[in-house]
Amino acid sequence: MKFTLSWLKDHLETEASLEEISTTLSAIGLEVESIENPAAELAAFTVARVVDAGKHPNADRLQVLQVEVEPGKPLQEVVCGAPNARAGMLGVFAPLGTYIPGSGITLEKKPVRGVVSNGMMCSAAELQLSDEAEGIIEVDGSFKHKVGTRYVDAIGLNDPVIDVSLTPNRPDCTGVRGIARDLAAAGLGKLKPPRKLGNIEGNYPCPVEIKLEFSDDTADACPVFAGRYLKGVNNGPSPAWMQQRLKAVGLRPINALVDVTNFISLDLGRPLHVYDADKLKGAVRARMGRDGEKFLGLDGKTYHPDQTMCVIADDSGPLGFGGIMGGEDTGSTAATKNVLIESAWFDPVRIAKTGRKTGLITDARYRFERGVDPQSVMPGLDLATHMIMEICGGTPSKAAIAGAIPDPKHKISFETALVFKRTGLEVADTDIKRILEALGFSLSSAKAKGNTLEVTVPSWRPDVEGPADLVEEVVRIVGIDKVPSTPLPRVPGVARPVLTEIQRRARRARRTLGSRGLVEAVTWSFISKSEAQLFGGGGKSLDLSNPISVEMSSMRPNLIPGLLAAARRNVNRGSVDCALFEVGQAYLGTKPEDQHVAASGVRVGSAHVSGAARHWSGDAGPVDAFDAKADAAAVLAALGIDPAKAQVTRDVPDYYHPGRSGTLRLGPKLVLAHFGEVHPRVLTTLDFNGPAVAFEVFLSNLPPEKRKASRARPPLKLLDLMAVTRDFAFVLDKHVNAGDVVRAAQGADKNLIRGVEVFDLFEAGKLAEDGKKSLAIAVTLQPTEHTLTETEIDAVSEKVIGAVKKATGGEIRS
Amino acid sequence: MTNAVDLTALEEELKADISGAQSLHALEDVRVATLGKKGRVSALMQTLGKLPPDERKAFGQSVNGVKTRVSEALDARKATLEAAALELRLATERADVTLPVRLGPEAEGRIHPVSQAMEELAEIFADMGFSVAEGPDIETDDNNFTKLNIPEEHPARQDQDTFYFHPNSDGERLVLRTHTSSVQIRTMLRQKPPIRIIAPGRVYRSDSDQTHTPMFHQIEALVIDEETHMGHLKWTLEEMFRAFFEVDEVTMRLRSSFFPFTEPSAEIDLAADVIGKPGQWLEIGGCGMVHPNVLRNCGIDPERYQGFAFGMGIDRMAMLKYGLPDLRDFFSGDMRWLKHYGFSVLDMPSLAGGLSS
Repeated sequence: MKFTLSWLKDHLETEASLEEISTTLSAIGLEVESIENPAAELAAFTVARVVDAGKHPNADRLQVLQVEVEPGKPLQEVVCGAPNARAGMLGVFAPLGTYIPGSGITLEKKPVRGVVSNGMMCSAAELQLSDEAEGIIEVDGSFKHKVGTRYVDAIGLNDPVIDVSLTPNRPDCTGVRGIARDLAAAGLGKLKPPRKLGNIEGNYPCPVEIKLEFSDDTADACPVFAGRYLKGVNNGPSPAWMQQRLKAVGLRPINALVDVTNFISLDLGRPLHVYDADKLKGAVRARMGRDGEKFLGLDGKTYHPDQTMCVIADDSGPLGFGGIMGGEDTGSTAATKNVLIESAWFDPVRIAKTGRKTGLITDARYRFERGVDPQSVMPGLDLATHMIMEICGGTPSKAAIAGAIPDPKHKISFETALVFKRTGLEVADTDIKRILEALGFSLSSAKAKGNTLEVTVPSWRPDVEGPADLVEEVVRIVGIDKVPSTPLPRVPGVARPVLTEIQRRARRARRTLGSRGLVEAVTWSFISKSEAQLFGGGGKSLDLSNPISVEMSSMRPNLIPGLLAAARRNVNRGSVDCALFEVGQAYLGTKPEDQHVAASGVRVGSAHVSGAARHWSGDAGPVDAFDAKADAAAVLAALGIDPAKAQVTRDVPDYYHPGRSGTLRLGPKLVLAHFGEVHPRVLTTLDFNGPAVAFEVFLSNLPPEKRKASRARPPLKLLDLMAVTRDFAFVLDKHVNAGDVVRAAQGADKNLIRGVEVFDLFEAGKLAEDGKKSLAIAVTLQPTEHTLTETEIDAVSEKVIGAVKKATGGEIRS
Repeated sequence: MTNAVDLTALEEELKADISGAQSLHALEDVRVATLGKKGRVSALMQTLGKLPPDERKAFGQSVNGVKTRVSEALDARKATLEAAALELRLATERADVTLPVRLGPEAEGRIHPVSQAMEELAEIFADMGFSVAEGPDIETDDNNFTKLNIPEEHPARQDQDTFYFHPNSDGERLVLRTHTSSVQIRTMLRQKPPIRIIAPGRVYRSDSDQTHTPMFHQIEALVIDEETHMGHLKWTLEEMFRAFFEVDEVTMRLRSSFFPFTEPSAEIDLAADVIGKPGQWLEIGGCGMVHPNVLRNCGIDPERYQGFAFGMGIDRMAMLKYGLPDLRDFFSGDMRWLKHYGFSVLDMPSLAGGLSS
């Protein structure tokens, strides 16, 4: 909402400075976006009189002007190329040294075709007042006593433009008067009484019939439509002061009739429309649109109203959208003689819907969808009549009204103590009353008992519903910044832990992965549909219907595509060894429980935990599935799950390499993690070169932590008897899983065997040719009662060998 | 006395042999030849028995004296030779200690500034008795808008560039939550007052430029009980900013504004002194007293209960505190940026140790 300072002062009697006004506006909820004074850079330009205009000696198209710059001072010689420059005219003069905003140059003293010009007579374009560049500005002859004064002062252009960012709850402030009312309430002056209008009610009935044609369920679309006919108007340009105001706030003056409606819309927040009555056919009516109808809008585009949209129509069909945009065919032109002024009230919800469907953003929609003051129907109509008569003449008819003006006034029983209760701010009852009254609320003291007021809400404040809104009115005018800081009572005692289990898991996973050299990224929750499909997602239910781009159109099924894309960008920039992780949400469906948290990572190039790339102590080779397995296992271990107790299976999603990947699980249903090389085909599709491994630990899937009554650790049992380690090497079929060997060995004697480590794997030479491999394990025996004898150790060894052979067919290597 | 003369000569001879030994091995030979079972001193001891008893004692003492001194000489020579051998070994053992070492994975890993800021905020609010609540990113229109007092055609809905999903089989159109305020609703529907929560998380708006990304992070706070008013809200904000920016004092300004879910509502401005830029104000977020309609929508009696809510951008807070220039970089996964602006895993925010130590 833009307005000028002088416009504000039409409604507000104030001595306040611009600075005070601006600060107050922002404090009371009318946030000032900007204040611009177009006059600021036009200070050097003055009104001047062309005394004589003679031919330039050396150029046909140029003239040499003798210009009176200051009364009584010697005339200045100015070279000018404008066709309209002539003796006797008033124009705008720029002395040497002036910066010309329109052309971006500073005037210097230099000859123009041999004649020195002592300044310049300027066009409107050079002052950036309009696009007009053909001739120089012609100042109205009535300003001849202003020669020598600043042009901006002479024509009243020195008027700062204030731009307020309106919140949607304040329809009343879509008019300058509403803003003035708020400022007056805040103590910045006095609200002037409304304009006094002459006698504008005519003595003949309105010759155009006005009707409302709605069914019961649509009647609220336009409950009232008032109109007045004006006979014999002379349309033309509106007066300079009005044009200037409209231009200052960014509106293009059209003609007096249109400008008057725009002016009132800005002045009072009351949109109106003016029809060329001679172009209307039959009665003018508000009704819902009908399928197949169309009309040509004022913007030159054809619109097709439907049954949900309120239109204004005549016998020929729809003319425009009620409360949004009028039609081209019945609009006023310079030739318009007889007019019908429309002042109506339209349902905000339908206006908003129609506006959104059509994409039309107009000043009328802006106001009606926020809720125009219904009580402004008649005052608006009268003011428009008055102004049109003043500017264009004409004889008014009696007003015609269809329907009834809604009365939204309602009463709120308001306990003044609520102000303190809700805000902690002490405001005296007298101040509360003064503020509410200044804002237009009426207080009925008769019914006031104790500290309870009966407050009647003014018709222009549809946002005020109940006591809480009145508290806001009071506190915003007193100054919300005056609310005293009050310590929030502390929960007694030492602060308790507050994180949920999943939050604790996420934190721990994050720090674990960071300590393994991975760098945490935060990637988008949405990815391209093709990526989502590549990674097991991409279902329609998780597609956005209005994505910002195809790259961000589908909710991610897991975190790996985003991490791989980030890794690829890093690789392309030359960081070929990068290890990234993310702890975040992924989506298997649209229900809350379908959203789960995963700790995922990728390692590319040679980014191992121990370090990457070449190093004097040994070069790092390409990453492999075991790097990813170690990351996943480390996260599980950090979250209290012994990875050695998890089963490792080979069923993995198809974005993993089928032979070099695995799933960690507890039992058949509970999947803890996947890890492995990314499928080569996926990498090719993603245009990714080089090795890449990935893992994902499903934090939401992990079994719930067991809350123990005591934090005490189980007692440490130290045994005096030495443990014994025996090594075994088995020759196995190459497809036998090491995990099966270890499990078999562990199970061979549960009382004695404390641990099994794999310490060697040999898969080359003759063995490999035979489809075999050798796996060596170290089995640690822990005696509990007495030192083991050789015989006892041999017995256990036999059991280990037997168990491994039984489970895997492996033979002890001789 | 010939024996005495013999002993002195022997001792001199043995000592000469000892000091003449040039290696530990040679010295061992000398020891064996002297003190070994068949060594010369041992042999003398064996002659004791053949002496007359009156000479035996004196001779024995003399031989023992020789044995003791020769032993000492052997030990001394051994120490000398060992020291020399060690010197010799050390002279050959030399590592180029200027070769660089790796600092290990803990030095390589980083925590994202958003995660760090969230943990910092959780520390602060935990101390003030707030628990951390969460809700889903994919929300119902009802939780994201309607229950927050934003009816379908309310102009406030047009202010938020909402991402929608396609209508499901029931005709319901889910949204990506546009603010963490939806967690307020979920919390109030689930839990009776008193309530003190914060809700950090991802939010989404279809907007993209240097200061807006289609996804960003917000933190929401909600307090509902019978007493809490705007003064408490103001104090909570000030304390939070003071703790978060790790300064002794902050200057904050509330400006009246409008949000459908609060009444009164205010914008929060923070004096930029906290980031070393006096004279400027930073727009940080919005706040207000929870609108009675919102309480009513969640089955909480607004006549009895009241409280405040506020929301602000975590990314923006992190940008201000840590001087991160461009929001878009937060989500690009650029290693250079992450390495530079990210945090060490050992930087664990705590109130006892300081949020950013």
